[in-house]
Amino acid sequence: MAHTEQAQHQGGGMKNPAVRRLVTVTIYLSLLTSLEFVIAFLQPPGILKNLEFGILTIFKAFYIVGEFMHLKHEVKSLIWSIVIPLAFIVWFIVALLAEGGSH
Amino acid sequence: MATITVNKDSVWNGGQEPMKASYGKLMMWFFLLSDAFTFSALLITYGTIRFMNPAYTGPREEFTFSPNYWPIPEKVYEAIPFFHGVSAPLVFVGIMTFILILSSVTMVLAVEAGHRMSQKEVEKWMLWTIVGGIAFLACQAWEWSHFIHGTDEGTVMNDGTVFYGANLIKNQYGPPPFANLFFFITGFHGTHVLSGVILNIIIFYNVVMGVYERRGHYEMVEKVGLYWHFVDLVWVFVFTCFYLL
Repeated sequence: MAHTEQAQHQGGGMKNPAVRRLVTVTIYLSLLTSLEFVIAFLQPPGILKNLEFGILTIFKAFYIVGEFMHLKHEVKSLIWSIVIPLAFIVWFIVALLAEGGSH
Repeated sequence: MATITVNKDSVWNGGQEPMKASYGKLMMWFFLLSDAFTFSALLITYGTIRFMNPAYTGPREEFTFSPNYWPIPEKVYEAIPFFHGVSAPLVFVGIMTFILILSSVTMVLAVEAGHRMSQKEVEKWMLWTIVGGIAFLACQAWEWSHFIHGTDEGTVMNDGTVFYGANLIKNQYGPPPFANLFFFITGFHGTHVLSGVILNIIIFYNVVMGVYERRGHYEMVEKVGLYWHFVDLVWVFVFTCFYLL
């Protein structure tokens, strides 16, 4: 495979674009986690704070699944067969929020 | 003799991988999907029970533990090893989070080295991944032990007695379900990390023995890699639910 030969030529160092991409993603993940810590200590508790944590968590999940687990680079049908069933989780959250009396 | 012409390229002749992924990789994805449902059920349960219980409403500086309301997470998880009595909120879980993310990175590097058929590099990065996994488990063991033994002061319970630490019936931090959910969910995740470390050790052994070098590809490293990243992914959500919300 041409791709493999090319990669073999490049080795495992920073000159290899695949490795460089991984380092970038690692920095993103670290920054997002640090941002979570900053929010945890500086912002007063409330719905907005929880919402921010939720969004940051989804972003981290996107990078881990997309880049580390390589799902972003798989074929479309594989991506959708993993992502669509996750709608059940959204349904579960909405159902429990609606049924729960505490809100 | 009649010659039968068969179109060799037809998908019905077999030998074609659906979705351009091998059987093993595809099944790992579907297993992880089902595992994602299990974990989301657990975490949604946590959220539901957490908001069913009354929250602490007073100022953060005057917070004390009580079985009557849900505790503020950074007041529960504020201890670090070797610094007894020093308040370092969320520092230790922060370290645990970075350990797990870094071990995920070394796992990706092992997969990448596998694409280049570089046995020595796969060995190196697999070994770092295993070290990271064991370090995380060690941290969690310390975290559990501290959680179970409790703080020096303890908490005055509703019956007037002072209680230290936590068990499945009562705990000094908050309502009983708080400790139950902590034990069950972080324990379930920890069990996943443990099985991940064991799988990594098995694959590492095979890499060292040259099994995949002879096979001609390192796809097994990719498959355990998927599992290992999933464990990291779950921790991202456990971290948000337990330590931030």
